[in-house]
Amino acid sequence: MKSRYSIFSLLRNALSYHEHWPQAWRSPEPKSSYDVVIVGAGGHGLATAYYLAKEHGITDVAVIERGWLGGGNTGRNTTIVRSNYLWDESAQLYEHALKLWEGLSRELNYNVMFSQRGVMNLAHNQHDLRELSRRINANRLNGVDSEFLSPDQVKRFCPVIDLRAGGRYPVLGASLQRRGGTARHDAVAWGYARAADARGVDIIQQCPVQGFKVESGRIRGVETAKGTIEARKVGIVVAGHSSVLAGMAGFRLPVTSLPLQALVSEPVKPVIDCVVMSGAVHAYISQSDKGELVIGAGVDKYVGYGQRGSLPVTEETLAAICELFPLFRRMRMLRNWGGIVDTCPDASPIISKTPVEGLYINCGWGTGGFKATPGSGWVFAHTIAKDEPHPLNAGFGLDRFTSGYLIDEHGAAAVAH
Amino acid sequence: MLLITCPHCGPREETEFSYGGEAHIERPRQPDRMSDAEWADYLFMKSNTKGVFLERWLHSHGCRRWFNAARDTVTYEILAVYEIGTKPPALDPRDYV
Repeated sequence: MKSRYSIFSLLRNALSYHEHWPQAWRSPEPKSSYDVVIVGAGGHGLATAYYLAKEHGITDVAVIERGWLGGGNTGRNTTIVRSNYLWDESAQLYEHALKLWEGLSRELNYNVMFSQRGVMNLAHNQHDLRELSRRINANRLNGVDSEFLSPDQVKRFCPVIDLRAGGRYPVLGASLQRRGGTARHDAVAWGYARAADARGVDIIQQCPVQGFKVESGRIRGVETAKGTIEARKVGIVVAGHSSVLAGMAGFRLPVTSLPLQALVSEPVKPVIDCVVMSGAVHAYISQSDKGELVIGAGVDKYVGYGQRGSLPVTEETLAAICELFPLFRRMRMLRNWGGIVDTCPDASPIISKTPVEGLYINCGWGTGGFKATPGSGWVFAHTIAKDEPHPLNAGFGLDRFTSGYLIDEHGAAAVAH
Repeated sequence: MLLITCPHCGPREETEFSYGGEAHIERPRQPDRMSDAEWADYLFMKSNTKGVFLERWLHSHGCRRWFNAARDTVTYEILAVYEIGTKPPALDPRDYV
């Protein structure tokens, strides 16, 4: 058992100049076989491993990662957490995740800095208003907290916003989810990694998958750069590279990989204490605890795997931010980057069995996977352990593209694609 | 910013173009005889290639004509442009894992 993090361990380690903290997780060489292999050590993959061990007692698990832990979209997103989705299936899935978020730091004994500062979605025209009202009503029927703010209330909730927005994007109202907010994205990966490792899960980095071992329609293992790893069950949680891995296993996905960009400004004193999102103008903004403004931009329209995006996309977003928040006009941006998001035709994820027996896939989170990290891992662990989906993710199977039962969340997804 | 060579207008900036997704997807010849699975494959499943990808572009703020392009989806390099209705030029595959 690992030493617990607490005020006392902090004090004790302060006495030795913080030079003797134990490592948070091991870096073992892979064994020749495991019960379950999870491909992808991002937040979703590590959460899956953690819940496999905790909820289902399956501890003979390896999480393999081609790069470094949490180095993909987990470390690249804009850290927003909310659950105000339109349809029953999504509302329940994201709400389950939000409830797990609320106890996550305590559960993992790792401060994920979850801050329920409130997420506001703006309406700029009559259609936005109707769409927003519909979604607020749907949320409330599903037990998801959501309320309507008039322009005056918006101004009171977020004083730095310009309601006229230069006349270009007038703010006519907003929805507010007070339980929504932000979390420290890296800490989520690290916290799950440490907690999973403590339960016996092997986390193997720098180990790209080169193929799958499939015999008569059943998964037998994974071919990796560190040799063949046999496994009874394999879960794929690799976001942007889902189609590539599905291709190795011999099936196709309805997923398009697109570069999604984000950027941060120079750090400043606290100026915006909530999350403001606007789907209509493709801009969302919050302030990190370091003081940087964290700004999410849109997706490039073309297929890309290069983890970088095009300048016109960020330009459009910053133009909208400058209209909505005139006081940010002279801020300088420190860095911008891109991640590859796996978008689905209905902007909803796929958490499903696959045509290969014993092979499971969790993908298609598109532009909004971070908020679902705990819930995604929780239902995916159930799907793998029981070989059937949990009621919460039963609607999110690959078969919905054949049945036509799509879960269209383009309105709630906030980034158009 | 991509510099895309429209076969009709020459090199222009990316912002003048709209994207049309994967090229050479054939419409079903006998739609009334297709199974749900075949419809799903036609309507929703994507190649989403990592490597050389054949795709359609529309020069919407120019000549407003469609054309095809072969692009490396990792380097974003445009390897060839060719007219709608013609076969793609022979290109070396680029394998990325």
